[in-house]
Amino acid sequence: MHLHKFEKIWLTFGIVALAVFLGVVGVSAFSQDHTPAGGMDTIDPKKVNETAPFDKPGVTQLDDDTYQVAIVAMAFGYNAPDLKVPAGKEIIFKVTSTDVVHSFTIDNTKVNMMVVPGRITTKSYTFDKPGKYLILCNEYCGTGHHMMFNEIEVY
Amino acid sequence: MIAAQDRKIALWNIGVAYTAFLIGTLCGLLQVFIRNDALQLPAWLDYYQILTAHGVLLALIFTTFFIFGFFITGMSKSLGAFGPKVRLFSWIGFWVTLLGTVMATVMIVSGEASVLYTFYAPLKGSGWFYVGLALVIVGTWISSFALVGHYIVWRKTHKGELSPLFAFMTITTIILWIIACLGVVATVLFQYIPWAFGWTDTINVELSRSLFWYFGHPLVYFWLLPAYMAWYVIVPKLLGVKVFSDSLARLSFVLFILFSIPVGFHHQLTEPGISNFWKFLQVVLTFMVIIPSLMTAFSMFATFEISGRKKGGTGLFGWFKKLPWKDVRFTSIFIAMAFFIPGGAGGIINASFQLNEVVHNTLWIVGHFHITVGTPVAMTFMGMTFWLIPYLTGRKFTKSMQILGFVQIITWSIGMLLMSTAQHVLGLLGAPRRTAYSGYNGHESALEWFDGILTNHVTMAVGGSILFLSAMILIYIVVMTMFLSPKAVKPEEIVEFPMAESDKESTPKWLENWWIWIGIAVFLIVAAYAIPLSHMIHHAPPGSEGFKTW
Repeated sequence: MHLHKFEKIWLTFGIVALAVFLGVVGVSAFSQDHTPAGGMDTIDPKKVNETAPFDKPGVTQLDDDTYQVAIVAMAFGYNAPDLKVPAGKEIIFKVTSTDVVHSFTIDNTKVNMMVVPGRITTKSYTFDKPGKYLILCNEYCGTGHHMMFNEIEVY
Repeated sequence: MIAAQDRKIALWNIGVAYTAFLIGTLCGLLQVFIRNDALQLPAWLDYYQILTAHGVLLALIFTTFFIFGFFITGMSKSLGAFGPKVRLFSWIGFWVTLLGTVMATVMIVSGEASVLYTFYAPLKGSGWFYVGLALVIVGTWISSFALVGHYIVWRKTHKGELSPLFAFMTITTIILWIIACLGVVATVLFQYIPWAFGWTDTINVELSRSLFWYFGHPLVYFWLLPAYMAWYVIVPKLLGVKVFSDSLARLSFVLFILFSIPVGFHHQLTEPGISNFWKFLQVVLTFMVIIPSLMTAFSMFATFEISGRKKGGTGLFGWFKKLPWKDVRFTSIFIAMAFFIPGGAGGIINASFQLNEVVHNTLWIVGHFHITVGTPVAMTFMGMTFWLIPYLTGRKFTKSMQILGFVQIITWSIGMLLMSTAQHVLGLLGAPRRTAYSGYNGHESALEWFDGILTNHVTMAVGGSILFLSAMILIYIVVMTMFLSPKAVKPEEIVEFPMAESDKESTPKWLENWWIWIGIAVFLIVAAYAIPLSHMIHHAPPGSEGFKTW
C-alpha cells in the first residue's frame, strides 16, 4: 500500500493532534475530577418518595462548605421545595425520576444531568455568581415537556 | 444500462424514499412555525407527533430507502445483473421494510407513538409501533442479504480477484449495518415488544438506552458511508480522473466497521449507570474515526487537485478554478463536503467527555445533525438523484432541470446555513432541543436566548421555509425525471452512472478478508460493552412500568 508523502505528513499531524487532545481531556477528567454527571447508585422508582434523601427533597447542609440538593423529577415538574443555595460552596445535586426519563439542567451552568428512573444522577457544582437560575428539562418527556421548569436562587 | 428488472427495484426504493422526504420536510416546516407561535395546530395533532414523524421519516426512512436504491443500481452495474433469487429477496426486503414503515407511521399519526425516533423507555408507545420498527430492520436485512448473495456469486466466479470498489464499499456498509442493528433488534425484540404488549410488567431502562445507542451511532455511519461512496467512486469520474488510491479507499472503509460501533456511550455521557472509565474508553474509540475521516479528506482534495492541474490549473490554488462548477452533479457534492467540515468538528466537540455537558440535548445538537446528515449526506443524495433517476428511467436530464437543480442546492444551502447557525448558537446559550416552545412562561433567561440578530425564531423560520421550498423543487425534479421528462434518444442525451476507474493492482488482498475485520470489530465491541452491559443487567434497579405521557 502506497502512502503519498503529503498524506503521511497529514495523517501524522492528525494522529498526534488527536493524541494530545485525548490526553488533555483524560488528564482533566481523571486527575482534576472534571467528569460529566453520572453515578452508579440505584433506587426503586416506585418507592422514591420513601427513600432517603428523596423522602425530604430540597437543600441540606452537609458541612461548612458542602450542601446537598435532592430533587425528584416527574412529568411535568420537579419536586424541589425552596431551592436556595450559597455561591462559592460545593453543591452536590442528586436527582431521580418517578416516571420517565427527564433531565435536570440549570441554564448558564455546567449542570446538565440526565435523569433515569431507577438511577440516581449525581453532579457536584459550585456557583460563581449569585442570581436566579432557570432549571429546565431538556429530554422529551411528554405533552407538557416544554412546561417542565423551575428556578434555583443562588445567594 | 442495467437490467430492466433491477432498475424497477431501485426505482421503487427511490420512490418510497422521496415520498417519505415529502412528508418529512413538510413536518419540518410546520415545526419552525409552531415554535415561532405563527401556527396553531388542530386539537388532534400535536408538535411531538410531527417531530416524531419528521425524525423517523427523514433520518430513518428517506435515507434507508434511498441507500438501497443506490446500492441495487450500483451492484447491478458493477457486478452484473441480479439472478432470480437476488431479485426475489430484494423485493421481499423492500415490501417488508415498507410494511414496517407504514405500520410505524400510522401509529405515529394516530397519536399512539409520540415517543420520538429515539423511543426512550419508559415512554410506552403502541406495541405495533415497535413491531413496525422491527419489520423495518428485518426488511433491510433481507435486502442486505440479497446484495451479499449477489456479491458471493460474483466472488465464486472471480476466484482470487478483488471485487470492484463500489461492491467492496457496499458490502462494508452492509456489514456495519448488520452488526449495528443487533443492538436495536435485541432491545426491541426482547425488551420493548414483550413490555408494550403487556407480557412483561417492567423494562430495564438503562439497558434499553445503551442497546439503542449501540445501534444509534453506527446508524449515522450507515447514512454517511453511501455518501462517502459517492465521494470516492463518483466524484473522480465527474472530474475525469481515476480514484486517488484504491487501497486507501478500502482501508478507510474497513476502519469504519471497527470504530463506528463500540462508541455508543458518547451519547450517554451525562447519565447514570455507566462509570466514567467506560464512558471515557468509548470516547477514545469514538475519536478513532477521525483517522479514516482525515484519509477521506486527503483523498478528496488530492482528486480535486489532480483533476484541476490536468485541465491546466497552475499555481498553488489555480486548480480550484478548473473544477467543473457548472456541473450540478459535482457542485452539489462539493457543497455537501464543505458542510461536513464544521459538521465533523462539531461532532468532536459533542463527544468530548466533559465538554458534552455544555451542549447535550440543546439546540446545538439539532444544528449539528442538520449539517451532518441533513446536508453532507442529504445533499450528496440529492446530487446523485439528478443522474440516478434519469439513468434508471432512460429519460433526459434537460437543461431546465439542470438549472432547477442549481436553484435547489443553493436554496438548500442558504436555508440550512441560516437555520443550523441559529440552532448552534442558541444551543450554546442553553436553549433545549425537542421542545414545542421554549418560553418557560416568559422567563428572563429564556427570553435572552432568542434576543440575538441570528438567534431568534424568525431566522429559524425563514431558514426552514427556504429549506421547504428547496425540498419542493427537488420533489418536482424527481417527479419529472421519473415520469414526465422526454426519453433520451440521442447518445449524448443518455444519462450515465458515473463510476470512476480504480487501479487495484497494488491493493493488498487481505483488505477483502472480511473475517479479519468482523473479528476485530467483535473484539472491540466485547471489550467496550461486555462489562458495563453485564453490570447493568446484574445490578439493575427494579424495572420501570410504561408511561403514556402524551
